[in-house]
Amino acid sequence: MARTSTHMRHAAITVLAWGIALWMFFPILWMVLTGFKSEPDAISTPPHFFFSPTISSYQDVFARENYWHFATNSVVISAMATVVALLVSVPAAYAMAFLPGPRTRMTLLWMLSTRMLPSVGVLVPIYLLARATGLLDSRTGLIVIYMLTNLPITVWMLYTFFREVPVAILEAGRMDGATRWQEVTQVLMPLALPGIASTGLLSLILCWNETFWSLNLTSSIAAPLTTFIASFSSPEGLFFAKLSAASTLAVAPIMVFGWVSQKQLVRGLTFGAVK
Amino acid sequence: MDKVAVHTSVMARPAASAARSRRLQGFVLQSPAIVLLLVWSVVPLLMTLWYSVRNYNLVDPTQQGFAGINNYWYLLTDPDFMTSLENTAILVGGVLAISVGLGTLLAVLYNEEFAGRGIARILVISPFFIMPTVAALLWKNLMLHPIYGVYSAMMRAVGLTPVDWLSRYPLATLVMIVAWEWLPFAVLILLTAIQSLDTEQKEAARMDGAGMVAQFINITLPHLSRAITVVIMIETIFLLTVFAEISVTTAGGPGVASTNLAFLIYSRALLQFDVGGASAGGVVAIVVANVVAAFLLRAVARNLET
Repeated sequence: MARTSTHMRHAAITVLAWGIALWMFFPILWMVLTGFKSEPDAISTPPHFFFSPTISSYQDVFARENYWHFATNSVVISAMATVVALLVSVPAAYAMAFLPGPRTRMTLLWMLSTRMLPSVGVLVPIYLLARATGLLDSRTGLIVIYMLTNLPITVWMLYTFFREVPVAILEAGRMDGATRWQEVTQVLMPLALPGIASTGLLSLILCWNETFWSLNLTSSIAAPLTTFIASFSSPEGLFFAKLSAASTLAVAPIMVFGWVSQKQLVRGLTFGAVK
Repeated sequence: MDKVAVHTSVMARPAASAARSRRLQGFVLQSPAIVLLLVWSVVPLLMTLWYSVRNYNLVDPTQQGFAGINNYWYLLTDPDFMTSLENTAILVGGVLAISVGLGTLLAVLYNEEFAGRGIARILVISPFFIMPTVAALLWKNLMLHPIYGVYSAMMRAVGLTPVDWLSRYPLATLVMIVAWEWLPFAVLILLTAIQSLDTEQKEAARMDGAGMVAQFINITLPHLSRAITVVIMIETIFLLTVFAEISVTTAGGPGVASTNLAFLIYSRALLQFDVGGASAGGVVAIVVANVVAAFLLRAVARNLET
């Protein structure tokens, strides 16, 4: 009796959990499927689950929509913003973790508070500044803004990773006569590399998916994939197969990154408040 | 006695200078990050405040001057502004209610053992990694389109008339779309938190005859309270400035039915070129966000000490 009720409970949990998972994922699955349909198939009513797949929409996206231009912008902007953010935040996080002063804690909290400034609150001055300096619709403009908005998160994440490196190991190196530079490059870096990598990954994901600044500051020359996809909000979007193919290409790499770095994401996004 | 004093002072001098050099090194290493963030957080803020008390329209740049509180007065007495505040509250509140309420239940569910749990978890959290413009257009066209959408086909299949969700119920539909993006975030965080729950404690409660509901209320919820607080605050910060989803689906309409504060400021600034009015709106947005941020920072600061 008790045994059957446990079985029943187990079966119910399995069905419920998988049902919800499939329902949540369904729009994404449908997008991927639609990308492999022909345009008439994509708008057939009722919708088809089974169809003869074609890659013509993908060919269209590459040939006519100038996909590589936008993809290159996304890659360059995200990568540059991440590299610069890491270059600025590694020394800062190192100092906070290993050379803490009386004001370190306040500095960290203040840095976090800058992240909480709503972007829309400074839309007007940033737009006018970008226009005045010729940075409107330029990669450099977005790189600078993304680097600045991610800086608090990268400093914070690196700080929590550096804090986990045992100080005794660094001191042992210093006893052996290592200079600070050697200590950092030969002792700390190998130990902290996984932490730096996942910090970089989080920054890449955030840059890739950022939409407020990319929609407002770019239109064509520097437009990343977010802006490219937004252009489908016109009647152009009614080419369902093409919209789906372009969208699939735009989200696929970052979704895979997200799957592999879930744990680090939790840490970075909650500022270490949830473990 | 003297000897000892001399001894310590000789020792203390290099120690003090070492400490000073450490502090100097620390300062030098931190300064690029600090200077950049200082400029980034102060300059645009001061400019917003400055423009908010100026008459400045990009269409007619000759008409400039001090406006006093006129921009604020104009904004606060504008019915669109009140609507946008209401819409912001509904959007933030609605998405929070769905993502935190459902997220807590789902975290409990996905913490149970079942076949293919790892894959099911990945499927559930996937929508969080979809860029907002894709998420919004995916729902607008492929799912909810009144003629070609999958949901419309399902409604027809059971004999109902499909609804044009985004024009009939724009705000509710947007809440649903944004919740689809943020529910996975809540599940991700709460699932991480629930895994640190002591199984022995739950086991003991079960031995004492506590039912599922009693266990959930007396053990799981208190354990999750901090993670829930963090989810609420982080989501609030992002949800206060939802923009792309509105921009590519309803463009704030019909009328201002789905215009939130962020979209209102955008349309004042970049569609009507009213720099002064948009800046006054920006100041309001900053004030609202700061109230939330103060709470979040306090929670994070408490965590720093432990």
